[in-house]
Amino acid sequence: MDITSDIHSQHISRQFNHELEELKTHLMAMGGLVEKQVQDAVRALLDGDSALAERVVDNDRAVNDMQIKIDDECTQILARRQPAASDLRLVLAVIRAASDLERIGDEASKIARNAVDLVENQSGTRGFVEVRVISEHVRKMMRDALTAFARFDTELALKVVQEDEQVDSEYQSAMRSLMTFMMEDARAISPVLGIMWILRALERVGDHSNNLAEYVVYLVKGLDIRHTAPDDLGDEVLGDEG
Amino acid sequence: MVASRDYEGDHGAKGYVMPVKQDPAPRRGAFVDFAPEDSCLEVSGFGLRYGGKSALRDLTLRVPRNRVTAFIGPSGCGKSTLLRALNRLHDLNEDVRREGEIRLEGQEIHAPEVAVAELRRRVGMVFQAPNPFPMSIYDNVAFGLRLQGGLRKRRIDDIVEWSLRSAALWEEVKDRLQASAWALSGGQQQRLVIARTLAVEPEVLLLDEPASALDPISTLKVEELIRNLKSSLTLVLVTHNMQQAARVSDYTAFLQDGELVEYAPTDTLFTNPRLARTENYITGRMA
Repeated sequence: MDITSDIHSQHISRQFNHELEELKTHLMAMGGLVEKQVQDAVRALLDGDSALAERVVDNDRAVNDMQIKIDDECTQILARRQPAASDLRLVLAVIRAASDLERIGDEASKIARNAVDLVENQSGTRGFVEVRVISEHVRKMMRDALTAFARFDTELALKVVQEDEQVDSEYQSAMRSLMTFMMEDARAISPVLGIMWILRALERVGDHSNNLAEYVVYLVKGLDIRHTAPDDLGDEVLGDEG
Repeated sequence: MVASRDYEGDHGAKGYVMPVKQDPAPRRGAFVDFAPEDSCLEVSGFGLRYGGKSALRDLTLRVPRNRVTAFIGPSGCGKSTLLRALNRLHDLNEDVRREGEIRLEGQEIHAPEVAVAELRRRVGMVFQAPNPFPMSIYDNVAFGLRLQGGLRKRRIDDIVEWSLRSAALWEEVKDRLQASAWALSGGQQQRLVIARTLAVEPEVLLLDEPASALDPISTLKVEELIRNLKSSLTLVLVTHNMQQAARVSDYTAFLQDGELVEYAPTDTLFTNPRLARTENYITGRMA
């Protein structure tokens, strides 16, 4: 049975409704913070703002704290409520999503640390175009994945999953052009490597957003699509009207 | 009112609520998610009326052999009525009218050639409150055997021991077999009743809320027993305790208002039920 985003507010136990609502609210708040971390880390690089980059690194602790809090809430619900069906799937999806968000937070920190190095060594703007393009793309994936989670929207989630392939190919193409820079100018090797690490981190943000989208499908449909080929997703997820 | 549960990004998703979907299946007609290859009991088109009031309507389901099947549903949904119908306990009530068939190993249990006493030996029943007879532990278990007659004392001794071992009670009572059954604890009494049923070698064991009067430890012992017994017989369990159904059963049937709503492997029913009515019941939502 497909579930809708208001399903967790219909329990006979209002306290249970409240606990599940809180859980979703906290996950969305964590998503908001993590998205801002990625945004700030990229902006710190592009604007040459190393102070902002330092703040991103410091803020990672807040992201970690949120994951621990969400995990604790999930543990309490599992122990006290023994949730079943869509309630169980929500708790499992939230635990997994919080773990991916925490990893996205780590990637934001990596971007920020590399940004500090690049800014302080005045490394120029080589590779910034690639960073801007890919960062905008993965941030959109992340936003859409979180929106899909909030709305229980599997169609939007599937779009995110399909976009991940595009990000992967943009990343490969950016890597090729950065390699060319390095071959042409040995002095560019160090700064370009920094950019490559940043791109790698952004590509990982795309992968984690892809995971978030997969959890939405599990939550709503009870289908585990983590190892389904993207081409088969439409049939498996949207074709199932059971 | 709780805080918005929507994602607080800048994309305008706030406050969006998907339209509520309806059950894909119509109100009438159950959703049955599996077809057991090897079934022991088959209920088809079965209905039951008590003095004009309909208690069960058009039930069709197959109970797989050597598995635990649980019937769950709200009070008055007909789950106990169905369980009792499986060994014709309603025969005693003249007000009852039935339709449809129940077949045990292919044979219609209401057929004139079927002797009720023999049916009840083959399909044993354990009730909510333990009901040991006012006699010794040994005599309780030997009761059915003596009723059948024709067995020597040594043979009865062996069967009593085997039954008590099968019911996971032997170690606790082997030194006091002649003590009164009423001296046992509630959990021990329930296992004694199960041993008494096992002594006559039933093919099916029906359990009507077998642990609802027991403490948590005794409950776990009875549940462990249920799991162990399925290697030798088919078990059908009626329970109010959904966690218990989830813990011990292989298949679960959800009944509501005298109808079968959904029947599926327990793994599926408790993680991803197909119908909204099932989902609402097992997750404690208002219908």
